[in-house]
Amino acid sequence: MSSLLCSSIGKKLLMGLSGLFLMMFLLIHLTVNSLLLIPDGGDTFNAAAHFMATNPFIAVVEPLLAIGFIVHIVWGILLTLQNRKARGSARYASGNKTKGVTWASQNMLILGITLFAFLVLHVAHFWVKMKLTGDPLLNDVTVNIAGVPTEVENAYALINATFAELWVVIVYVVAGIGLALHLSHGFWSSFQTIGFSNDIWRKRLTILGNVYAWFVGIGFSLIALLQYLFFQG
Amino acid sequence: MVKIDAKIPEGPLAQKWTKYKADQKLVNPSNKRKLDIIVVGTGLAGASAAASFGEMGFNVKIFTIQDSPRRAHSIAAQGGINAAKNYPNDGDSIGRLFSDTVKGGDYRAREANVYRLAEVSNEIIDQCVAQGVPFAREYGGLLDNRSFGGAQVSRTFYARGQTGQQLLLGAYQALMRQVEKKTVKLYTRNELVEIVLVDGKARGIISRNLVTGEIERHSAHAVVLATGGYGNAFFLSTNAMGSNGSAAWRAYKKGAAFANPCFAQIHPTCIPVHGEFQSKLTLMSESLRNDGRIWVPAKIEDAEAIKNGKLKPTDIAEEDRDYFLERRYPAFGNLVPRDVASRAAKERCDAGFGVGSTGLAVYLDFKDSIERLGKDAIEARYGNLFQMYEKIVDDNPYETPMMIYPAIHYTMGGVWVDYELQTTIPGLFCAGEANFSDHGANRLGASALMQGLADGYFVLPYTVQNYLSDFINTPRMSGNEKEFVEAENEVKERFQKILDIKGNRSVDSIHKELGLAMWDFVGMARNADGLKKAVDKIKSIKKEFWSNVRIPGSKEGMNIELEKANRLVDFIEIGELMAIDALHREESCGGHFREEHQTEEGEAMRHDEKFAYVACWIDKGGDKDPELIKEELEFKDVKLIQRNYK
Amino acid sequence: MEKNINLTLKVWRQNSPKDKGGFETYQVKDISTGSSFLELLDVLNEQLINEGKEPVAFDHDCREGICGMCSLYINGHPHGPDSEITTCQLHMRKFNDGDTIWIEPWRSAGFPVIKDLIVDRDAFDKIIAAGGYVSVNTGGVPDGNAIPIPKDNADESMDAASCIGCGACVAACKNGSAMLFVSAKASQLALLPQGKVEAARRAKNMVARMDDLGFGNCTNTGACEVECPKGISIAHIARLNREYLSAKLQD
Repeated sequence: MSSLLCSSIGKKLLMGLSGLFLMMFLLIHLTVNSLLLIPDGGDTFNAAAHFMATNPFIAVVEPLLAIGFIVHIVWGILLTLQNRKARGSARYASGNKTKGVTWASQNMLILGITLFAFLVLHVAHFWVKMKLTGDPLLNDVTVNIAGVPTEVENAYALINATFAELWVVIVYVVAGIGLALHLSHGFWSSFQTIGFSNDIWRKRLTILGNVYAWFVGIGFSLIALLQYLFFQG
Repeated sequence: MVKIDAKIPEGPLAQKWTKYKADQKLVNPSNKRKLDIIVVGTGLAGASAAASFGEMGFNVKIFTIQDSPRRAHSIAAQGGINAAKNYPNDGDSIGRLFSDTVKGGDYRAREANVYRLAEVSNEIIDQCVAQGVPFAREYGGLLDNRSFGGAQVSRTFYARGQTGQQLLLGAYQALMRQVEKKTVKLYTRNELVEIVLVDGKARGIISRNLVTGEIERHSAHAVVLATGGYGNAFFLSTNAMGSNGSAAWRAYKKGAAFANPCFAQIHPTCIPVHGEFQSKLTLMSESLRNDGRIWVPAKIEDAEAIKNGKLKPTDIAEEDRDYFLERRYPAFGNLVPRDVASRAAKERCDAGFGVGSTGLAVYLDFKDSIERLGKDAIEARYGNLFQMYEKIVDDNPYETPMMIYPAIHYTMGGVWVDYELQTTIPGLFCAGEANFSDHGANRLGASALMQGLADGYFVLPYTVQNYLSDFINTPRMSGNEKEFVEAENEVKERFQKILDIKGNRSVDSIHKELGLAMWDFVGMARNADGLKKAVDKIKSIKKEFWSNVRIPGSKEGMNIELEKANRLVDFIEIGELMAIDALHREESCGGHFREEHQTEEGEAMRHDEKFAYVACWIDKGGDKDPELIKEELEFKDVKLIQRNYK
Repeated sequence: MEKNINLTLKVWRQNSPKDKGGFETYQVKDISTGSSFLELLDVLNEQLINEGKEPVAFDHDCREGICGMCSLYINGHPHGPDSEITTCQLHMRKFNDGDTIWIEPWRSAGFPVIKDLIVDRDAFDKIIAAGGYVSVNTGGVPDGNAIPIPKDNADESMDAASCIGCGACVAACKNGSAMLFVSAKASQLALLPQGKVEAARRAKNMVARMDDLGFGNCTNTGACEVECPKGISIAHIARLNREYLSAKLQD
């Protein structure tokens, strides 16, 4: 088993599995975010955020999520460095004109680095304020959860205020597109890496992967954009 | 004095091999480790032999001029491999495969060898299946067979159009398994340049490392040559660019007899020559003749118009087409054997009816088959061949007929070997296309793969062991013995001499000149006058080489021109011996057609009373004429008849 | 119709593995569009020899697309700008009069240059030696029809087996990965009952050897499959991943 993780396929297995895990997280994240679009002043979203923050299951998953990110990033860099070495220092003077290869598949590291930069900003915007430093906007509000009035953190206010800034929205839209590109290769690729693919399933997984990637990518972008356009004031 | 003794075991034909195996001497496992075998060449015969020797426990060194054993030209064989399995239940048997092969070879092969070949053919299929060769299968999961020229049964096993590739990869993988186990040491990009004899026995080789240019000495207790044929003496052939006759020729120069050099096979369905830069000819599988009809225009003015580009083949009306094979051979039609089909095409082109810009091509037309079976059926059968044709010629064979012309394909002649595949030099064995033994004057389709693997897997492991059993107390040589030192010095002198010529012509330009002379005078149809001219012409080419070749670079490091020049020296001499042999054989048989010896209808005429022998040529050194020794062929189990395909 | 064209060639020249190497520019005239790419190089070499220069060294042998000896990275593609063929089957009608053609060796740390356009592909042999076979000795095997094999499996096995070991997959891969080559052999044998017996051991040994030799990690770009002259599918890579992971998980 230990030698498994040292082998090329084993390292890629870690990339694939962590990728699949992160993709599941993204789907849940997007579902919760979609509540931001309910025009009730953020009550539903705040209730959902409260549920997520107090759920013991999430408390277990959160460190796992962090590990998922770290593994995916560290191994991604490690593998790319190895691949550069394997490629050798010489480059083709006539370039690479192979047709039918997606741009995303050739640039996963660049997309990954972009997403990482965004992630830092994203964590600073929300997670740091909600979990560590606090923010006046987060002051408790009362919402009805299953008919019971409950005091919850006003996460909606923080988000709404953040998305009032045009530059933030632009960054989020760009990151959403980057995410879609990253996932458009990553989705299918994860299945290929764990061995779940053949000539038939490859076509299905590629289509499914593209639908998923753009749904998630555009979904996040759109929420930020709509918040800026229709949910201010 | 060289003695020609085939050493055929006593007893009835069907018992000879069994008897040999029962009587042969063995080497015990602890002694095998002390015995070294050098194998030269990694094609079907070489790779399979080396792998088998390694498995048995001998210490093996194997050499290839390519970067990997898998490049050997066996890989290019398309059609299939014969075996007498009789899976289709169509009446096949070892006896029938034996008699078909002897007949196909026009009765110029040794009965005992051919029978053994037929006998082990079935084991080859089993062996290859066990190795994971993905042979074609039927829906029931069992092996599929197809039919091939010269047989009335379906006995050809195949793996798409890449049978040679799959069989070679099987042997190559078995070989690499032994390399991993360190029983075999692999030398790539390393070429035999001399054979070393000690006390008259083969005890090693001198080789040239093609990357560094260094000359190396390698000693052993026995040497096996499996280096393929010499068809590239014609420059243009279906052989690979690197295929050469030099190892076999080194054996000849060291005293081994060279048998039937004039027996070369010309394959009828090759893509025609397109211009002076042409470097090699591409074969289109013989299987195409199952559904294609061969024709030329019946009117000479139509042929002229096609040559000038004024008419297209599709413009020629049905009644103005001459389906010359169907006309001449109504019984076999387009499926006559290779030699017959080739000569008929040449006859039409020589008479001015040829097509294509050069007039040296005939049509192979699938129109009728497409109408009869539908385009899909034809595509399923020949799709990959049609695609290859279109890539090369840029014509769509579904719409326009293919153009084909004969080309040199295989050499039945080669180093003479006895029943044990041993040459006249003790300890020097020769296998596969490099030897002369099994195909007589003409080889049947799908028999080359069978012979290569039979020799390597199932014959040499017995016969070489039998030979080595006498050497268990013979110590290894260090390579510093005087015979090795002298051989190395001779080799170095030879290379220096070539480098010192510093003339004006490239190796290829001289090779092309040799090829033209060979094709014109020693090609498909030969006559005494032409062959005499060929001998003179080749002598002058030899002089031109030794006075005017130019080799850039030095003997250090990789020097491809030097490699080619060294091989061309031998091709020139082989060409000369081919002409001499063709001149002496005053009959027509198989691939050897003497215009003086034909029937009134222009068919080949054999003279069994005078020429039912193997012509064994012995080098007498220097410029002296070679000596001819005959191995008389006895036919006890097949009756000699004139072939008739009408 | 065939015509003659003039071309400018930019050819990588490197005298020895340690030499730095660089591009040389050559002009060639009156090349028939009916000739093959390697015949173009033959013409160039004849020209160079006549000028007293050293000809360009390049690997080639069968010139009919099956031996896997020819290589060359031509104008941004391994085996040049045509699909599912090797360099020896590439014809000059794919180029236009006045074109500039870049001719480079395979580039990968696993394939060091020996001279000019010739690279060392010994690594492939070493990978096969690690396990790319069925461990049977000569003789003593069952009848060829003893085990029926479903036609679909035999056909798919043959698809994988058509690999010619040319190295275009490695040359095309931005990661210098040999996964297509390795998976083609592992997949061919794993699909057959004869090879299935030692499939786990084979997958482990071949992958370990591939890693040891310094080839890169597959990132599933699929470039290898596009440039493979035999059109071998990366579905075989998925099968190798499956074989390898299940083998390792059982350790």
